[in-house]
Amino acid sequence: MTAASRGGLRRSHPSGVQRAFAARTGRTLGRRRVVNGAMIALTYLAAALTTLPLIFILALLVEKGASSIRPHFFTSLPVPVGEVGGGMANAIVGTLILIATAAAIGLPVGIGAGLYVAEYGRSRLATAVRFLSDVLNGLPSIVIGIFAWQFLVRPIGHFSALSGGVALGAMMIPLVTRTTEEMIRLVPTSLNEAALALGYSRWRTSLAVVLRTALPGIVTGALVAVARIAGETAPLLFTAFGNQFWSVRLTEPIAALPLQIFTYAISPYDDWHAQAWAGALVLIALVLVISLVARFVTRARFGAAAD
Amino acid sequence: MAAPGTPPLGSTSSGTGPPNGPAALGSIRGGAVGDRIYRWTITGFALCVPLLLALIALELGSAAWPAFRRFGLGFLAESHWDAVNGRFGAGPAIFGTVVSSIIALLVATPLAIGAAIFLSEFAPSWLRQPVAFLVDLLAAIPSVVYGLWGIFVLVPLLRTHVMPFLSNTLRLGGTPLFSGPAYGPSMLAAGLILAVMILPYISAVSREVLLAVPRSQREAALALGATRWEMIWDAVLPYARSGIVGGVILGLGRALGETMAVTMVIGNRAEISASLFAPGYTMASLIANEFSEATNELHLSALMAVGATLFAITLVVSAIARWLVWRVSREAGT
Amino acid sequence: MFATKIAREVVAPRAAEGARDGVRRVTRIAAHGVDAWFGAAHVIRGVSLAFAEGEVTAVIGPSGCGKSTLLRCLNRMHETVSGARVSGRVLLTGPDGVARDVYERGVNAIAVRRHIGMVFQRPTPFPTMSIRDNVAAGLRVAVEGMPPRREVDTIVEDALRRAALWDEVKDRLRASAVALSGGQQQRLCIARALATRPAVLLLDEPTASLDPISSQRVEELVYELRRGMTVVIVTHNMQQAARVSDRTAFMLAGELIEVAPTNRLFTAPADQRTEAYVTGRFG
Repeated sequence: MTAASRGGLRRSHPSGVQRAFAARTGRTLGRRRVVNGAMIALTYLAAALTTLPLIFILALLVEKGASSIRPHFFTSLPVPVGEVGGGMANAIVGTLILIATAAAIGLPVGIGAGLYVAEYGRSRLATAVRFLSDVLNGLPSIVIGIFAWQFLVRPIGHFSALSGGVALGAMMIPLVTRTTEEMIRLVPTSLNEAALALGYSRWRTSLAVVLRTALPGIVTGALVAVARIAGETAPLLFTAFGNQFWSVRLTEPIAALPLQIFTYAISPYDDWHAQAWAGALVLIALVLVISLVARFVTRARFGAAAD
Repeated sequence: MAAPGTPPLGSTSSGTGPPNGPAALGSIRGGAVGDRIYRWTITGFALCVPLLLALIALELGSAAWPAFRRFGLGFLAESHWDAVNGRFGAGPAIFGTVVSSIIALLVATPLAIGAAIFLSEFAPSWLRQPVAFLVDLLAAIPSVVYGLWGIFVLVPLLRTHVMPFLSNTLRLGGTPLFSGPAYGPSMLAAGLILAVMILPYISAVSREVLLAVPRSQREAALALGATRWEMIWDAVLPYARSGIVGGVILGLGRALGETMAVTMVIGNRAEISASLFAPGYTMASLIANEFSEATNELHLSALMAVGATLFAITLVVSAIARWLVWRVSREAGT
Repeated sequence: MFATKIAREVVAPRAAEGARDGVRRVTRIAAHGVDAWFGAAHVIRGVSLAFAEGEVTAVIGPSGCGKSTLLRCLNRMHETVSGARVSGRVLLTGPDGVARDVYERGVNAIAVRRHIGMVFQRPTPFPTMSIRDNVAAGLRVAVEGMPPRREVDTIVEDALRRAALWDEVKDRLRASAVALSGGQQQRLCIARALATRPAVLLLDEPTASLDPISSQRVEELVYELRRGMTVVIVTHNMQQAARVSDRTAFMLAGELIEVAPTNRLFTAPADQRTEAYVTGRFG
């Protein structure tokens, strides 16, 4: 059986392959073997070089950050340079508040838009939403930040946690829309039909049956989006702005982990640098925990539903 | 006649409640109203997406307008950014964005594609999942953490080892690319850190595209006597080409907009220099660095203009990347 | 010829004749001159067919003849597909003897579907609900609202008994419905349809995805269910139609060719196309 009869050669670049090999008959098999081995080794090297930075950064975080992690890190406020016992309690809580505000905006809009696109997939609005949410997704976070400043901070006159939450929420919308649409698409239409045949109205079918079935996947998508925005700094630079003191009010500037890390990192003080490393370790841990919970949600559901 | 003992049409066994059955067919309207409310609600949410984008464009445009009106489109080419004297030109920032992104692509693309080839062709199955996971995890690290690593590891490394090596040991110090004092924060540092940050994006897309190449392509090449590498180079890569290019453009889009890590290692100086050792600006780092200290309306508007330009550029790049991916999926018949 | 002529005429709401035991039966639901389209494709052509209470009517025919579509026209499910259209009348007769056209202007399709139960080819239990909640799912939108908790339990048990599933699941009503086997899931779907006490039960190839033993159980079940209900079953399995039904209708290319008591249709069909199909010359 020749390769031609397998049909493989009738696909794209058939003559390209044949031409290439014809050209290679000029070279010895030995030379080709050497090239082969060298290239394969290079790909191994590439893979190693690609995984190295991650391991290195994580190890560094643990090494430099762990020493500054004491219980008081989670409970005390930042202190002036030179004093001991400072912490990032306000930043940790601030990040949580910002995430919650962002989710309050991003989740309803994202899930609602996802429901629309999944149901009316062929309409013009649905096509526009799909394309534009990819565009939104690719926007630099600093651009979202200055937009939020122009829209919410400038007219009001001062920084606020709310404007930071809005900026982060705007970043969540395209992420949640995409994953919601995909998860709802996975629900078989037979479930839709079964509900309709029982006399369920369209809205009840969509919410009580389809959305409910797709919920684990949607929750996972939401958590992944949250993990993503938890680490964002640029949108917060000119909106939430950061706060040295304890503040949980939405109408005032608020501290956030990434902001605090940034401020400390670019400062000239060594103990602030140490705090920055500790803060980075906590931030990574937070992102990791949220990602793991997201995976766990999906796995638990599928495990329970095994037939 | 209905058989005895069976309840009539539509009623429950309790038999209480209003009479029902076909006579009641017309009286049940609740579903229709609920459906309409539901449809309007989700349509409203869907409309938020284009509205948000339009709002962003509007706000940025109106804030940038004073600067564009004052300096014209030449604003983009003007190479002086002088906040003190009120002369603003985005040239250095655009230059820096382009150069740092090019460096990042040059370094990241071969590594990412190489890793993707490794994962899709050569990796033993037990190694595949963990390595893929580690590569993807790079994307989860926040930018500010990369910046932290950049300040305290990369920049000192460049200053004390790499840059002297390049300029003295390799005697490249005389060439324009590697000239000038090597303090550390530099275009090179920015390019390298960007390279690490865009690796996962290029790699993930390439891996997906490579895995989607049909087996028949691979088998045909092997059957002709190709070595494994030749099979990849001649049969697999050409097939996956547009998808990989899409991934590269996706990485480019990320690099263009990256702010925190860049602003922490690039030196933040508004000048155009041929040397990789020199500090510079990118559009994103310029905004991040100067926004809070914008002294007057014009300065602010100029920064907004830079932001609007960045918005426009990433919009175009996103659209191109999306179009490429769409074209690939169409060819593959998905 | 005679049988065909009757099927083609508009059937008045009186007892259909020729049923198995000679008892006059009430026509519960009847199609009058129904046409249906999928976009431009004309898939049902002028079908008039009456279904009587207390009997199982089978609709048979080769693949693509429109038998499933006809079924879905009865409970207004056909129109849920985009581009689908129906014309004609489907008369649903209540206990008071009054017949209403389900396609009449002003009639809500959702309300119609609450009075008619349907079981599909593939079992479709709701995966996020327990067995009990699955059976009770239809009660949530019942005409008079959800009954109180204890009554729901009674209804669920009754439905599961009628679906011959009670003994197998009575100890695990709270377990997930997807943990059941295929045959059990289909009986669960039947119980779900029965729980709302519909007067008409539509079954669209209910055993197509089941193994022979489960199929047999479902067939026995269907035969039992016809007491007090109007059962219509679409099947591509002629032997099944012969086993389970009292009357059989044969469709071909969207048209109703012949309808007769099952015995007569299979042994002495009036139309030669029917004869060709039932003797296996095509289909």
